[in-house]
Amino acid sequence: MSAASLAHARHVLSGNPVTALAFGLFALLVGTAILGPALVPFDPIAAAGPALQPPSARHPFGTDAIGRDVFSRVIAATRLDLGMAFAAVAIVFACGTLTGAAAGFFGGWTDRIIGRLADTIMAFPLFVLAMGIVAALGNTVTNIVIATAVVNFPLYVRIARTEASTRRGAGYVEAARLSGYGEAHILFREILPNLLPIMMVQVSLTLGYAILNCAGLSFIGLGVRPPAPEWGIMVAEGASAIISGEWWIALFPGLALMIAVFTFNLLGDGLRDIVDPRRRT
Amino acid sequence: MMLAVIARRLAAALPTLAGVVVVTFLLTRALPGDPAAYFAGPAATREAVEQIRAQLGLDRSLGMQFLGYLRELARGDLGLSITTGQPVLSDIVARLPASAELTLLALLFAALAGISLGVLAALRPNGWLDNLCRVIATLGVCLPAFFTGLLLIYVFYYLLGWAPAPLGRLNAFAAPPPHVTGFFLIDSLLAGQGETFRSALAQILLPALSLGIFAVAPIARITRGSMLAVMSSDFIRAARAHGLSGRTVVIAYALRNALLPVVTTLGMVFSFLLGANVLIEKVFAWPGIGSYAVEALIASDYAPVQGFVMTMGFLYVLLNLAIDLLYRVIDPRMEVTA
Repeated sequence: MSAASLAHARHVLSGNPVTALAFGLFALLVGTAILGPALVPFDPIAAAGPALQPPSARHPFGTDAIGRDVFSRVIAATRLDLGMAFAAVAIVFACGTLTGAAAGFFGGWTDRIIGRLADTIMAFPLFVLAMGIVAALGNTVTNIVIATAVVNFPLYVRIARTEASTRRGAGYVEAARLSGYGEAHILFREILPNLLPIMMVQVSLTLGYAILNCAGLSFIGLGVRPPAPEWGIMVAEGASAIISGEWWIALFPGLALMIAVFTFNLLGDGLRDIVDPRRRT
Repeated sequence: MMLAVIARRLAAALPTLAGVVVVTFLLTRALPGDPAAYFAGPAATREAVEQIRAQLGLDRSLGMQFLGYLRELARGDLGLSITTGQPVLSDIVARLPASAELTLLALLFAALAGISLGVLAALRPNGWLDNLCRVIATLGVCLPAFFTGLLLIYVFYYLLGWAPAPLGRLNAFAAPPPHVTGFFLIDSLLAGQGETFRSALAQILLPALSLGIFAVAPIARITRGSMLAVMSSDFIRAARAHGLSGRTVVIAYALRNALLPVVTTLGMVFSFLLGANVLIEKVFAWPGIGSYAVEALIASDYAPVQGFVMTMGFLYVLLNLAIDLLYRVIDPRMEVTA
């Protein structure tokens, strides 16, 4: 990023405290994911006191059905939840952007085949397809990540395709062509770098969805195995307790989930304001 | 004319339906490990596994397997559920009305709440309702549906005691109404069973609300945006200049036109709803096809899961078709360009 665009980013941020807040929350989340497991007061997978204790000074988020400290579990879970979402989005960012850009740039059959593939994925309600993929590939964390990447694939393809096809006849592409560069070279060196800013906005927006998707899958018992701390599975563990009034077991992991999704959505909107001022809302 | 349009759209949806079948087939054949060994059980001998492999047709080429799969599909054979011991198709048919009733009620709630919120927000930009709309649109998409459901259970069942226990479609004392549509709310009214209707309504309110809240946000945001655009257009100014009352202008002129983009987002909203439906059904022990698939998944019973994924794929494609046709009914201009 050049000095001018950094200054531009700072200008947009200064007029938009919400985005600044989102960047702060993002730093907090990433910090928690990296340092959290080392800082927690109790072992997240071992009993730390009597079971079903309401929040207290010793256990700020209370304890769960087998006496584990909910606070330590919520903090320690950040790494797994963010990790799954980041991994899924990284995969779909790489694959989706590349195939989408190729479809938009080459057109013709490439475009038709890739478009049909994306349409077929879109023919399913996305969460349902993710369930089916995890059921078919096997009930593991890796497959949750793969399934989340696959259901996001059409979105990336669609955006990258549109952006690439509008740049197909751009002056700098023609210039590269006249300079004797091959089509593959133009795709990788001229088209893709120009797609990156708009795709980064998408990355941030889909991170929130990816977290919800992964947590939803583990909520219904897929992928993450107990006793591993993970927000979705913790809400599931608290579900039976909430009917008898022990609200804290499900509430805190649920809130953590919401804050994470909220952060990524805000961040996405903020990044969009910086990258694409025309779509500012 | 309309029939021709329907036929054309149906033909255009065929490749997508074929795609659904192919994906479901691939998911069947990608079972973890060796399906033959899985079905034979851990104590089976090598011959028994081979026998089952031949029986399942797994020793044939992928193309032949696909043809066999198509033949089974044509007969309506989706396999047997190990958990319930019933054919998957009859299980799904029996449970589909529960899911449909829940999803449609949630959609109704989301559409009513989302559209009125969006309209009111657009009438006074930057007023308090507009700000509320913005907050809901931002927070609503962050809410995990299963978490909202649990919060509502805690508040309305445990704290206030207004809602019944979140366990299924009817309370323990009510018998299901005679089967007509499979929708308990409608069937109980048709049979004149007021008590059953009240019980069914009390049971469905919370799950439908938790599912609907999820969809209010996108609908409200789109309605607000398109309503703002329409309200500043020339024909609204003309209607105002003719001295029509504010109510007539907003409802008869502006809203009708502003609803067009809302209808197109219904497809995305349905994708959300049908997915979140699975989570809500698990939270409320709702006996629909979502909880059926979840129970089967946990028991490593794969035929129901695949049947479920395919049913949902088919339903979703047909819903999108219906939305497309609805759009044409609302906006006749589409005929000219089509």
